[in-house]
Amino acid sequence: MTTLANTMTSGARELIAFRIGDQEFCVDIMSVREIRGWTPATQMPHTPSYMLGVINLRGAVLPIVDLAARLGMNPAEPTVRHVIIVAQSGHTIVGLLVEAVSDILSVTNDNIQPTPDVSSDFERTFARGVLAIEKRMICLIELDAVFPHTESEAA
Amino acid sequence: MDMNEIKEIFFQECEEQLAELESGLLRLNDGDRDPETVNAVFRAVHSIKGGAGAFGLDDLVSFAHVFETTLDCVRSNKLEPTQEVLKVMLKSADVLADLTNCARDGGSVDEARSKQLIRELEALAHGTPLPGAAEAPAAKAAPAKPAAPAKPAAPAPVAAAPNDQGFVPVAFSFDDFGGDAAAETSAMPTFEISFKPNADLYRKGNEATLLLRDLSRLGEMSILCDMDSLPSLEALNPEDAYFSWKISLRTDKGEDAIRGVFEFAEWDCELEIAELAEGEQPVAVDGEAPMQAVPFDLSILDDEPAQALGVVEEEEQIAAATALETASNVLNLASAAAKAAEAKQAPASAANAASAQQAAAAGQTIRVDLDRVDRLINLVGELVINQAMLSQSVIENDTNGTSSINMGLEELQQLTREIQDSVMAIRAQPVKPVFQRMARTVREIADITGKSVRLITEGENTEVDKTVIDKLAEPLTHMIRNAVDHGLEMPEKRIALGKNPEGTVRLTAKHRSGRIIIELADDGAGINRERVRQKAIDNDLIAADANLSDEEIDNLIFHAGFSTAEKVSDLSGRGVGMDVVKRSIQALGGRINISSKPGQGSVFTMSLPLTLAVLDGMVVTVASQTLVVPLTAIVETLQPDAASIHSFGATQRLISIRNSFCPLVDVGRILNFRATQANPVEGVALLVESEGGGQRALMVDAIQGQRQVVIKSLEANYTHVPGIAAATILGDGRVALILDVDAVVAASRGQPLRLESALAAVG
Repeated sequence: MTTLANTMTSGARELIAFRIGDQEFCVDIMSVREIRGWTPATQMPHTPSYMLGVINLRGAVLPIVDLAARLGMNPAEPTVRHVIIVAQSGHTIVGLLVEAVSDILSVTNDNIQPTPDVSSDFERTFARGVLAIEKRMICLIELDAVFPHTESEAA
Repeated sequence: MDMNEIKEIFFQECEEQLAELESGLLRLNDGDRDPETVNAVFRAVHSIKGGAGAFGLDDLVSFAHVFETTLDCVRSNKLEPTQEVLKVMLKSADVLADLTNCARDGGSVDEARSKQLIRELEALAHGTPLPGAAEAPAAKAAPAKPAAPAKPAAPAPVAAAPNDQGFVPVAFSFDDFGGDAAAETSAMPTFEISFKPNADLYRKGNEATLLLRDLSRLGEMSILCDMDSLPSLEALNPEDAYFSWKISLRTDKGEDAIRGVFEFAEWDCELEIAELAEGEQPVAVDGEAPMQAVPFDLSILDDEPAQALGVVEEEEQIAAATALETASNVLNLASAAAKAAEAKQAPASAANAASAQQAAAAGQTIRVDLDRVDRLINLVGELVINQAMLSQSVIENDTNGTSSINMGLEELQQLTREIQDSVMAIRAQPVKPVFQRMARTVREIADITGKSVRLITEGENTEVDKTVIDKLAEPLTHMIRNAVDHGLEMPEKRIALGKNPEGTVRLTAKHRSGRIIIELADDGAGINRERVRQKAIDNDLIAADANLSDEEIDNLIFHAGFSTAEKVSDLSGRGVGMDVVKRSIQALGGRINISSKPGQGSVFTMSLPLTLAVLDGMVVTVASQTLVVPLTAIVETLQPDAASIHSFGATQRLISIRNSFCPLVDVGRILNFRATQANPVEGVALLVESEGGGQRALMVDAIQGQRQVVIKSLEANYTHVPGIAAATILGDGRVALILDVDAVVAASRGQPLRLESALAAVG
């Protein structure tokens, strides 16, 4: 993870923290376009099970990823209390279904610890580092890795 | 604005001018002899030349110059625009277009071709004798020389002239090459004419410039304008006449012809005509030395002053002769002053009226970046969806249906419809440019094949979305090539058959029920069904004993790898033929049909959507999902009864439709929306025709209705989904998927849709 650590320049940055199950994750606020309530998605055939389908985002067709399923946890059962984080990477936009947005964090890169050396490659693919905030552990997610179009690399 | 931007504008204008040029030439080719058409053609070439000069595009300038010169001969009625002449001109227009493209994008042109055309054009310009000019044969032999002064230069300043530039007699020359010929014309008598119009001349609607032009047609003319009597601006009465002209005219027509020109003006001017003895010097003003005669372009008499100025300025860039500059100043003044005098007398001179009419017909346009238009279209699409959602929620929540909100919503709905139509109309463009490109294709192929072909286009102004137009050119080119190469017979054979040796290809566009119909008809031999059939059997496309209707045989030519050309030529017949055409038409959401009569020709009919942004679809339900099936794919819909469903093998089922059996495809199964096959009797079957030919019955649960949907890309934010062509947003704001019929049919044949990725199992 030394390469990752090197690419992070020091300085203040803001992160959006959200909950999936009993875990907390966060992404860089700059990649988040908006946060909206859950609306039922239109299923698509022959897609991975974490793809919940597509919704209408003001005229654009937005694919929705069940982030819990994507991260290898139990698939979410979406309710009206779930939220969709509309995130952008490059030119593509994707909606990430999470349970709730919990916090906005102001941190510096010094606060971000490298991902602990765990045996599973899977977690390490998505995690970019961990933060210790008020006795909580928040995992910083690598957005590009969860985007559906990168699945071949991720796998 | 930097130079590149200006250059880009120049090239854009070039395109318009080239289109104008070509359509003008084609009109002439059809027998139009309206002088305004010739003028329009001339102007187009001239503008290109002028602009090209400004950007130092020498190749373009030199070619346009020769072309322009020949056109000028046509304009001055010196050269009859016969079919042969126009053929050369149309080819020249093509080369001019090539040169323009070259200058823009780099690359090279066929130099041999352009040189050959330059020679042909020059031959035309010289080849026809000047009216009444005995020296024409000599001029023909003389080498072409741009703008050569006929007389030794001896400029003499005149007090009234601005910038101390002398007044010079101006030789009216019919073309830029004739300069040297002047010396050989001494055999003809020279007349000296002094012409001083009174104010009454203008008041009666006469026009000095027109008289002078008529005079110039009699022979070679030098002209000198005397402005001595021109008062200062304060004292100037715009309705009065101040100028007089001294003209030296070399003609064999005699004095009567000269008097004839002034027949209606004679009473309102002072006119003196005297024949000069041979060798005597022509007119000199106030006893001063004779001045340099400069050839000048007749065109400035035809155009309005502003254009004349432009003409002259452009001439300056091209011709290095400084004498010309002097001449142009004089001419500017002369024509401007003449116009000023005329302005009140005859406010709408013929030339002005013509150009005003032209301006009105063209309408006002602005150039807009396509991205901006597309953004607007997207926004309006969203507005329509939003409006539909709003209406729906009001209807759901509103208990009494007569509230003012409902009325307002209805008006809103109408307005949004109207906005959508108007915005779509912005992208709509006439098919004319594509048709004009086809004219060129026809010419080129006719040349190569040695056939004589006439292309008739109809409905060029039919409008269709720009994307459709862009994608139309390729299949259309292919079809035109086929029509000329395979369809039309050689001229000898046509004569033997009692047909007009010149083959006709007719290209028609029209609107019909929300689609554009493009028809390509030739009057050639028609499809040789025997040969098509034999070829199909040879290529294993059909069984040797297959019983096919004429229509089915005709449609065989759309099969991949089918070409009946006996010899493989450069043009067509590489085995990629009509199947490519059919596929590209289908990719546009269109259909193509052929009907052919032996000995009378074939007609290809294409039906295309007006825009690629919307699609006519049938909204259906499959396993509680809403799907849209493109209407173009659906042949018919039917409600199957139990008796018509037949099991075939372990899993396959067939449906009998009018005594033929058609495989039944469960869309829900193929798309993995349900685990088991649905009961066909409870659903609806959509009979579809797929790319590979052959029909399939797609089973869906129910039909919700038919509607126009706005196509939204799935690839923009996700990847391609197998079995799905695109997405759309329905009135309730939800996304519905548009079925890819071809992929579903292919899947039913045992080619599986892409399997779920390995990662899906992990999740």
